[in-house]
Amino acid sequence: MGLLGLPFLTQSPGFCAKIYMTEATAKIGQLMMEDLVSMHKEFRCFYGPGDSSYPGWIKDLDSQKVPALLKKVVFGESGDDLGSWMRLYSLDDVESCMKKVQVVKFAEEVCYNGTLIIKALSSGLDIGACNWLINGPNASLSYVSNSILVSLHARNFDINGLKGLDVMVYSDFSCLQSAEVTENGCISPNPDNNYLSTISIDNKDEDLAASLLNTEDSLEEMEKLAFVCSCAAESADAGGSTLITITRVGIVLQLLELMSDYIESSSLKVPIFVISSVAEELLAYTNTIPEWLCDQRQEELISGEPWFDHLKFIKDLKFIKDEKIHLFPAIHSPNLITSWQEPCIVFAPHCSLRLGPSVQLLQRWRGDPKSLLVLEDGISSGLALLPFRPVAMKVLQCSFLSGIRLQKLPTLISILQPKIVLVPDAVSQRINLSEMKINSILNFSENKTLHVPRIADNSSVEITTDLASKLSWRKLRQRENFGIARLKGELQMEDGKHRLVTGLEQEESSGKARPLRYWGTVAQEPLLGALLKMGIKGSIEHSTSENGSENSMIHIANPSRGLIETSEMCTAIVAEDENVAYQILQGIDEVLDGI
Amino acid sequence: MAIDCFVLGAGQEIGKSCVVVTINGKRIMFDCGMHMGCDDHNRYPDFSLLSKSGDFDNVISCIIVTHFHMDHVGALPYFTEVCGYNGPIYMSYPTKALSPLMLEDYRRVMVDRRGEEELFTTTHITNCMKKVIAIDLKQTIQVDEDLQIRAYYAGHVLGAVMVYAKVGDAAIVYTGDYNMTTDRHLGAAKIDRLQLDLLISESTYATTIRGSKYPREREFLQAVHKCVAGGGKALIPSFALGRAQELCMLLDDYWERMNIKVPIYFSSGLTIQANMYYKMLISWTSQNVKEKHNTHNPFDFKNVKDFDRSLIHAPGPCVLFATPGMLCAGFSLEVFKHWAPSPLNLVALPGYSVAGTVGHKLMAGKPTTVDLYNGTKVDVRCKIHQVAFSPHTDAKGIMDLTKFLSPKNVVLVHGEKPSMMILKDKITSELDIPCFVPANGETVSVASTTFVKANASDMFLKSCSNPNLKFSNSTQLRVTDQRTSDGVLVIEKSKKAKIVYQDEVSELLHEKNHVVSLAYCCPVKAKGESDNDVDLIKQLSAKILKTVSGAQIHESEDCLQVGSFKGSLCLKEKCMHRPEISSCSEAVFLCCNWSVADLELGWEIINVMKLNLDNTCKVKGDLL
Repeated sequence: MGLLGLPFLTQSPGFCAKIYMTEATAKIGQLMMEDLVSMHKEFRCFYGPGDSSYPGWIKDLDSQKVPALLKKVVFGESGDDLGSWMRLYSLDDVESCMKKVQVVKFAEEVCYNGTLIIKALSSGLDIGACNWLINGPNASLSYVSNSILVSLHARNFDINGLKGLDVMVYSDFSCLQSAEVTENGCISPNPDNNYLSTISIDNKDEDLAASLLNTEDSLEEMEKLAFVCSCAAESADAGGSTLITITRVGIVLQLLELMSDYIESSSLKVPIFVISSVAEELLAYTNTIPEWLCDQRQEELISGEPWFDHLKFIKDLKFIKDEKIHLFPAIHSPNLITSWQEPCIVFAPHCSLRLGPSVQLLQRWRGDPKSLLVLEDGISSGLALLPFRPVAMKVLQCSFLSGIRLQKLPTLISILQPKIVLVPDAVSQRINLSEMKINSILNFSENKTLHVPRIADNSSVEITTDLASKLSWRKLRQRENFGIARLKGELQMEDGKHRLVTGLEQEESSGKARPLRYWGTVAQEPLLGALLKMGIKGSIEHSTSENGSENSMIHIANPSRGLIETSEMCTAIVAEDENVAYQILQGIDEVLDGI
Repeated sequence: MAIDCFVLGAGQEIGKSCVVVTINGKRIMFDCGMHMGCDDHNRYPDFSLLSKSGDFDNVISCIIVTHFHMDHVGALPYFTEVCGYNGPIYMSYPTKALSPLMLEDYRRVMVDRRGEEELFTTTHITNCMKKVIAIDLKQTIQVDEDLQIRAYYAGHVLGAVMVYAKVGDAAIVYTGDYNMTTDRHLGAAKIDRLQLDLLISESTYATTIRGSKYPREREFLQAVHKCVAGGGKALIPSFALGRAQELCMLLDDYWERMNIKVPIYFSSGLTIQANMYYKMLISWTSQNVKEKHNTHNPFDFKNVKDFDRSLIHAPGPCVLFATPGMLCAGFSLEVFKHWAPSPLNLVALPGYSVAGTVGHKLMAGKPTTVDLYNGTKVDVRCKIHQVAFSPHTDAKGIMDLTKFLSPKNVVLVHGEKPSMMILKDKITSELDIPCFVPANGETVSVASTTFVKANASDMFLKSCSNPNLKFSNSTQLRVTDQRTSDGVLVIEKSKKAKIVYQDEVSELLHEKNHVVSLAYCCPVKAKGESDNDVDLIKQLSAKILKTVSGAQIHESEDCLQVGSFKGSLCLKEKCMHRPEISSCSEAVFLCCNWSVADLELGWEIINVMKLNLDNTCKVKGDLL
């Protein structure tokens, strides 16, 4: 669901970035985008303008004829209200968008530009959903989005992979939605349980993990699913049909599984219909990705069972004669009418109740008090149902867990022990994290750039042993513990690491490499001695310069005239003859450390 | 640091693959197979060589099984349940799903039909498989703090993988069995370009080089077609998974195309079950199959039926896929007993037959009678066809992979000694990579990569991000980039090495920089009256440019600058840097200084100016 807006971004002309997503996300995401496009196309067939342009009223709004006041109402104060509305993308847009995507496999490490190592770790939210781990030469960073710690269907939240990083960007906004008031007498299955609010941070890691990964949440989720099932069964018992508009893949799969089991074990004879242009492909795909499923479902693979039970009820498998789940691409599919029977249970998009097969079905059943509508959380049911009034059918709005519970955040942070945590403003207003024993917690907010202080002092460089053995080492006077060497080779960036490797062509410097930098002070007497050995005679003359610093000069007379001018910080060699100057330099090398 | 590669099985032979590699103290067992051609204790790798006391958990960090063939996974239940290994075991999802089926099938054949004593039980298989951790392609797994493993697609059978293992800076790849060409139902092996110290490769077909597989596919189809057209029965002994699907797809297509109505049978329910697995593990099949599976399941064969034992003696032609392959035991051998005496019939043997099996005997020559395991003899009058396409790579594929990965060393396993030796020579001579062919029980030790780790200062990294090109013009123009040579590696005893920019060294040593420079007040021109100083600088720089290649000269009114070389007109009567009175008494002087870094450059410029002086003096002398 996090990528339905992606084509809007990728179709803008300047867009050239690489997009990473997990293979499963890409596949399911593309199907969902295609479904959206097909529903929209159908909608346009009935209500939209014939050509592919904007509807007339949008075009007219832009023109001069429209009174300024009306414009202001429509576009809002800043002009970005309705004015920034865009036409829905087409199938071509979806395709070209997906071409820009680089898919990664489960826990695959990919390298961006040799610099960053990017890895997707399961977040537990849904099949294919992940948190990102980015390792660079200077720091490691994790991006934690909506996560479910113990999942009923998808691979669990990968805690171990996120431990001990430099920066953690916490981007789970689910806690902001949970406080929304639910309407229409629906259940609000989100009681605030405070069992985790008082955590002593000093607990052992294992205890913390245990408290974090307890199954209470998942049991609660299980209860919710069972409740939806029993509501649907009740309706069916009374002769009413159920329309489920939830589109979260994981929830749909679990509901399908539970319901078919429920029906199988009871005396009810209710068919289940899934009406969506992508239902068949989606359901088939979810049974081919064991790596994204939770352990228990993976185990079922060993015994040769489909990972999702519902599959055995689908006509596709020949050896199951008893069809319980029917898949149809659209409400006008030819075979739908022949197998249609009421009461039934229908899974159909779209959750907004404005698009797709759900619109027609709702028109059909809205007056029937025995029928049931199951809505997703997060949309206002009052607004959604407005065009269908008066609504006599029962409405069940359920909120399923869609992220980390806020109370668990401190525990999570103390297990992961990042050096810096970035928390959204809106989240940190709701929870006091200041008592955490974490180096620092920073807040970030929309449209503001936050500069995170640098963590590591130094970057690491790896030198091949081959190259290291070729370096010419210098011993330092009076510092036996030190060895220094000028570097050679080529510095490369590989797998997010700086590496110094043997270069293609090393210019062999003529003779012995000369030091280019010196430090310390020149002692005159030893220098004179060193020069004498080479047959150069000189005499010392001390002087004090105008600013009071000590200067000394060594006059050289033999073999040709020259002068060595030294002070504490610098030495100048004056000579007409190149060879003499060179010899003097060698003398200096002997009394001065350099590299 | 070294990598030790200890070959427990499949050294200079095919069967019971088992290689134990020690990388920087971590010990990984690759494959744990059994030998299909042996009945005695040689069937299993000699695990006692790993640990006398049998404490395998402490000597082995993990086991990785590359695919579900018995010669790669057959000894696993024995090793975990009987020998007591309890550590982690990794295999791909399909291998984890299909191995128990293969193991159970083999166990049943061995115990029920051949009446051998049980080496492991069904419970052993179940318990063993519970310890297995399933992995996905390219999933990077941290086995422990130091050991990292990753699987790559190998293409040999469904779920076959090559394995990359890394400890510290040392890394190896163990290929398992692999196929470098795309099959009908599987893709070709695919691996990243990795930096490896050692590549352990299979070498089943170390000397064979195959052309296109289509003529050989046609050969097979025609052989089968001819047999059934003549009213004969064709027996294809194969393992339930892998070749059976490949050949079945081929036959099913052909049947459809040629409109043949002769039934094709599968011998056991296992194959049906296996096909169901194939459907679920569709992401591990070839691109072609993956694309098609949305509309039509390629493993739903139109012409394939289940075989019943009573059909063995039924009249009329048929094609039968019977397990196990190689005619080593079980149902396929039983059918062979009945069908072999008829000259109408055909036995098509796909893939490799291990020495000691009936399949191997049939391939080895044209026997008229064959001894079965229990002493009975069978007359062989039927035709024998060897299916000449195999899911193993050929010699070219091995060379291609080796060249692509360019490892520092190669070890060959899983092959026949004579052809392995030929391939070894080829790898050594053509690719210049040391290659080893250890026998069972032998160990190959190779050096492993280590990096010296150092902390680098920002200044150094910053200086390295800009090119620092140097031009030299000895015989031809050479451009070298010497940005790293501005860096200095500093090592202090018992501390981590540091890399700093050259200007930072003194600070690191708590010393003060000392600048050493050269200076010389150089006479450049005899004094004339009309000459303008600005012209002089211009003249000089033009001359310098001519002699000193690639010099970038900055000039101003009374001075010029090249790199660190600075020269300015000296008007002093007596300059400190003017050690001698020039031969030309009245001269214009340029007072120069330059740093030691530009030692040679400085003197080159000085020489240009001296030459200039000589010329002007001469001119003046002539005038006088």
